Amino acid sequence: MSFLTYFINGLSLGSIYAIIALGYTMVYGIAKMLNFAHGDFIMVGCYIIFSVSRALSGNSIVAIIISIVLCTILGITTEFVAYRPLRGAASPLAVLITAIGVSYLLENIALLIFGADVKSFTSVIKWEGLTFADGQLRIQGVTIVTIVVSIVILITLQLFINKTKQGQAMLAVAEDRGAATLMGINVNKTIMLTFAIGSALAAVAGALLCSAYPSLSPYTGAMPGIKAFVAAVLGGIGSIPGAMIGGLVLGIVEILSKTYISSQLSDAIVFGILVLVLLIKPTGILGKQVQVKV
Amino acid sequence: MLNKKSKDNLITYAIVIAAYALFQILALTGNLSSHMKGLLVPMTYYAVIAVALNLCVGILGELSIGHCGFMCIGAFTSAFFSKVTAGVLPTAPRFFLAFIIGIGFAALFGFLIGIPVLRLKGDYLAIVTLAFGEIIKNVINAFYIGVDKSGLHFSMKNSMELGMEPDGNIIVNGAMGITGTPHDANFTVGIVVLLISLFVVQNLVNSRDGRAIMAIRDNYIAAESTGINVTGYKMMAFTISAAIAGAAGVLFSHNITTLTASSQYFGYNASIMILVYVVLGGIGNIRGSVIAACILYLLPELLRGLNAYRMLIYSIILIVMMIVNWSPKVIEWRKKTFGKVKLPGRKEAA
Repeated sequence: MSFLTYFINGLSLGSIYAIIALGYTMVYGIAKMLNFAHGDFIMVGCYIIFSVSRALSGNSIVAIIISIVLCTILGITTEFVAYRPLRGAASPLAVLITAIGVSYLLENIALLIFGADVKSFTSVIKWEGLTFADGQLRIQGVTIVTIVVSIVILITLQLFINKTKQGQAMLAVAEDRGAATLMGINVNKTIMLTFAIGSALAAVAGALLCSAYPSLSPYTGAMPGIKAFVAAVLGGIGSIPGAMIGGLVLGIVEILSKTYISSQLSDAIVFGILVLVLLIKPTGILGKQVQVKV
Repeated sequence: MLNKKSKDNLITYAIVIAAYALFQILALTGNLSSHMKGLLVPMTYYAVIAVALNLCVGILGELSIGHCGFMCIGAFTSAFFSKVTAGVLPTAPRFFLAFIIGIGFAALFGFLIGIPVLRLKGDYLAIVTLAFGEIIKNVINAFYIGVDKSGLHFSMKNSMELGMEPDGNIIVNGAMGITGTPHDANFTVGIVVLLISLFVVQNLVNSRDGRAIMAIRDNYIAAESTGINVTGYKMMAFTISAAIAGAAGVLFSHNITTLTASSQYFGYNASIMILVYVVLGGIGNIRGSVIAACILYLLPELLRGLNAYRMLIYSIILIVMMIVNWSPKVIEWRKKTFGKVKLPGRKEAA
């Protein structure tokens, strides 16, 4: 029974990673850039929920909505101010270093506003959860909500990308930016929409992450962000179902290795998986092999 | 006659030696506070690791954000060696061997990390080096090594698990790290290491190998089609860069009493700080890295009031520098307004 509990916890953490990884993988697939600041959008989202729900004396639904809206604005602004000028730069490192700069900037702004001390976050999910087998197996409400939300997001995103015009435009930009422009697709707008969706997902992931692990500091988002990137690589970067699978695998591996091997080494094991994937199948589980052309 | 490149290199050495002379004179005449004196050795190892990172970012064109991981390896392997052999070997040869060991292990890990990563393109190197830096920190924090009469004891759990005799000596104590490494490093040694790393990197850049490496940076496919062994040269540059970072680690560990694998020194943020040195000094400009590292290290230490805003300012500098230097539109505007524009890291290119 205890294994099952850990497994479900892993599934829950994995679902959070998956939601973050979805944002990563969309931005990477469409804008062809690694948005290092993605993890910090999560942190910003958490601080917004934290402050708003404190100001509104615990109205968490409103807080989440405000957080999603503000994170979306933050994502769009970042893209417009910092990333768009560097599109088409001679070196691919330029935008990557800028993204690191943005990540650093957000962390330090949070540090100046809220201080370095860890804030305890009140869960936005008030539901106690379910109990099975005479109390031997308890599943927390936040765990169930997290898993359900991630599945809903996955299905919605798949439908959006495959059924709507905007989604098709995203696929076209991901495939070939130049050709997409010639077909009359507004590349800048499409990339901006991608960032908006990614950042909104980051806010959702933040609400779930901080509900499950209720401590909030300026560095809250950094590590989950990096691990979600590992998940995106594991699943095959650019692939939406891949991000989901990668996230779940990573979450389960992390919780199980924390329980059965060593809590200190669990991060090392997670990152070890990244190195292994890159060695064995660099395109990830569901990734496509892309031939580089001259 | 000296050609332009050799002259350029000599200017770099001259600047380092002049700075050394200046600080030594200040110290001898008593114009240097003890606080300042304490900053001199860190200044040299930050300059050394900035040179190492610039080789990776500016010359090889691959972003590493885990260079402090190599520094960490150099620091721990050499401190372990120095502590074991303290009292057995005299100081000078022991410190020399510590350098060989620290550099050797850092290079070995650079090589091993390079195998999976350098075959790939794009942003993977950044994320894997970051992951690697975290792995190193985690693993070292779980290491316990002790020594007694019957030999070395090793554990990954805690210091009790070592099962040592009472007279045993714990050398690596998990998250508590290594305590009591001999203080062998001083400003002179630091400057010598900096000069040697400058010598290695500048000569590499101006050699046939260096030109091959920069060709890979500028156009991967064109370089490959002219018969350059892309993976081999990438491995070479990355391993050398890791080795130099290891040398910085040796200086680091022989300058402090308690060496721990903490985020403050070896984490992601520390690596980013070195990236700031490199970007501000000019990507691909080795001399710039040294100057930027020294100034950016000393300035916030001297202006304590700025400390809270230091990182904020750094991050803004990072973003603004990248946009000003690399944005196609800004470059066009600069061309219109100021005439010729020199692109960072690509001296020969028009």
